[in-house]
Amino acid sequence: MPVPVAPSSPSIIGRGLTEGARLFREWFDRLDAAAEHGEPAAYVFVMGSLAELLRCFDFQLVFPEINSLQTAVRRVAHEYLNEAEDYGYSPDVCGYVKADVAVQLRDGRHPMGRIPKPSIAVLTNACNTYVKWAEIWERLHGTPVFTLDVPGTRAAGDDDRPGDAGFARDVAYVADQIAELIALCERVTGIRFDIDRLRASLAYANEMNACFRTLLDLNQRAPAPFNAVTDGTVYLGVLNGLRGTPEGRAYFTDLLEEMWLKVDRHVGTVQQEAFRLVFVGVPCYPMFRRFSELFSERGGTFVSSTYLWFASGGASGAWTYDLARPLESLAEGLLVSVRRAMDSMFFPDRALAELVRPFRADGVVYHAIKSCRTVSTGLADARRAFSASCDVPSLFLESDMMDRRVISEAQLKNRVDAFFEGLAVRRP
Amino acid sequence: MPDSPGPLVTPYLTWTGERLDDLFALARDLTEDATFPTVHRWRESGGKVVGHFQVYFPEEIAHAAGMLPVKVRGARVEPRQADARFGSYLCSVIKTSLEVALSGQLPLDLFVSHPICDAARNLAAVWGRNFPYRSEILYLPQNPNSRYAATYLREEYARLKGVIEDVAGRSIKDSVLRRSMLVFNRNRRLLRSLGRIRRETPWLLAVDEAYVLTAIGGLVPREEHNRVLAAALPLIWTRNAKPQGRIRVVFEGGFCEQPPIDLLHAISESCYVVDDDLLVGLRWIRKDVPVAGDPLLNLARAYLEHSTYSSVQHDLRKPKEKMLLRRIRRARAQAAIITAAKMCEPGLDEQVAYTRALDAKGLPYFVSEFEERMTSVDHLQLQLETFVENVLFA
Repeated sequence: MPVPVAPSSPSIIGRGLTEGARLFREWFDRLDAAAEHGEPAAYVFVMGSLAELLRCFDFQLVFPEINSLQTAVRRVAHEYLNEAEDYGYSPDVCGYVKADVAVQLRDGRHPMGRIPKPSIAVLTNACNTYVKWAEIWERLHGTPVFTLDVPGTRAAGDDDRPGDAGFARDVAYVADQIAELIALCERVTGIRFDIDRLRASLAYANEMNACFRTLLDLNQRAPAPFNAVTDGTVYLGVLNGLRGTPEGRAYFTDLLEEMWLKVDRHVGTVQQEAFRLVFVGVPCYPMFRRFSELFSERGGTFVSSTYLWFASGGASGAWTYDLARPLESLAEGLLVSVRRAMDSMFFPDRALAELVRPFRADGVVYHAIKSCRTVSTGLADARRAFSASCDVPSLFLESDMMDRRVISEAQLKNRVDAFFEGLAVRRP
Repeated sequence: MPDSPGPLVTPYLTWTGERLDDLFALARDLTEDATFPTVHRWRESGGKVVGHFQVYFPEEIAHAAGMLPVKVRGARVEPRQADARFGSYLCSVIKTSLEVALSGQLPLDLFVSHPICDAARNLAAVWGRNFPYRSEILYLPQNPNSRYAATYLREEYARLKGVIEDVAGRSIKDSVLRRSMLVFNRNRRLLRSLGRIRRETPWLLAVDEAYVLTAIGGLVPREEHNRVLAAALPLIWTRNAKPQGRIRVVFEGGFCEQPPIDLLHAISESCYVVDDDLLVGLRWIRKDVPVAGDPLLNLARAYLEHSTYSSVQHDLRKPKEKMLLRRIRRARAQAAIITAAKMCEPGLDEQVAYTRALDAKGLPYFVSEFEERMTSVDHLQLQLETFVENVLFA
């Protein structure tokens, strides 16, 4: 567990964002170079990336989800979506998939550089679209695809933990598949698996995950030191992209230093933190900053976000790899973490109810998006359940994470304004 | 717990076994009846019901516990209550499946969904929040190519068996499960006979007729379905019908949400649908499941090794577009109808691969979307007729 560090110069405030941007640029520069030199690249996803393992085979890691959201943040997603739709994809399927299809059709050309072709695709079943997505690379490039099946929670309230018989069965299945994946990686790269490299990568991941959890908890402070939607997404990108690396560990150590300083100096994300909000869903990337401003202009701060739970692959909860038995622990950690990520999408109501008090949440914003059935299908019902158990106002919005055709800023603003009026009325 | 006495069997269909048209009418009425009369009668006689969402479910296990396995596949109803539980961007079958349960038309004792798509997996969670009985996700393996998949699935079936035993209040002996497997083996053989008729003499059985005969299997006890099919087959073989100038097509895209029967009938006006994936879960396993040995392992192996294909299963041995081409060849089809339910992500994704594969082979195809609740098929029928004319006179 990281310990608070002594606050240093205020000049470090904002470092996490600038360093995050720098690391991102460098990461994409490496991908560009890999595309240029034909270096092996593994396409992976944020929920169960297995980055710790794949680094042992010198793969450059490509996160197509991150590539796609970058096109939206950079306001060019529509060009990519149109190209994929011209190719035959329906307007009603995942925008991330379509943006990536266009990247592939453009021979990897992306606003941040060139993306190498996949030497292998490794995915979990945390999202079914992952499976359909990987089939596209299989068809376009003949990419070897490995779907690592992670059995999820079977019913609400089931709580299989390490030590339970059901957990043991599931973890054995995951461990067996990891062994099969290792054999495939060896065949693809010609590199023999080195358990000490895995151990080192797991050690870095342990430290990053511990820092990430502390970071999330720090937002229980008032004012919250970071915006869980905007700032949190930057931190999330580094957590995913550099998972299991010394650079990633250094980033999060520094980030915690910054956050402790902000806590110590009572530095928040808005001038006056009037309302503490929880965000549920996926951000509205086509108007990423503006979406958040709709709330911050009224003194609202996102203190927590389920996006940071599931898009971190479940790193939001407790798990520490046992470095004495790396492979077994990797299987256990994957099962625990990916299952947690899935639970935070399918069964979020209990976890949300539990964070209201520690985070002193004034309201919950549910953001359903057209692109993603995984996250959005159950949101309205989860909101009903949450409202039945907690006397906390909530807002339900619908837009998209990629497609500006289904986003109306004026409509969103009207809904948000009405929500804040309701919040204000509740204030004594 | 007492041993399973085997399922309760009460005849539901009032067919006298004489006129096929009467059977088709009865079967259609039952298939479209959103009040699920067979479920109500089963429960009134003291039976319990497991509702399983599309696509595949090992019904033998529920059958062996004396429960009625009912295929949950939506309905032609307005999702008034369900709409409040979901967002806007969702296929209809998810909403209407929940609607028939919320409205009390489909009372269940257990609901099981599968990770066939992101919406279906969410449905189990939504269901669980809205009903007091257990709602389960059956994690069918998404990595069927792992050599450990069969062992895993066997254990998952064992877990499901435990859940079903709890709900049914009785244990399932292997011997009883084997008897149920024999019932379902016979059912699949009979359904394969329907399929052969459509491939070899499609003028004897239209797609909508075959569809309703198949669909009632998801609603009535399987023994009854077997009796009906066994009686109907000889009548179909000897039906007084002659080949007509229609093209032979394969219909693809009916694995989950079901098109209206009127749409299928409209297709049958200009096409012989010689194969399809409608309600493919009922025909998922293509061979008899061996009953000797470990029955759960046999069921697991059959799911993985002796099964057809679908947009919702990724299996490196079964690239979907190649499987479609094989289906077309096997059925000697001249063209394909490539459909998808509106907002169905797996189906819509697959359309791209299918149409590109068909283009590469120079095979004509008709692409469309449908919704279970669509009320007019005239426009689609006109488009299809134009397509058929193009194929016929190309």
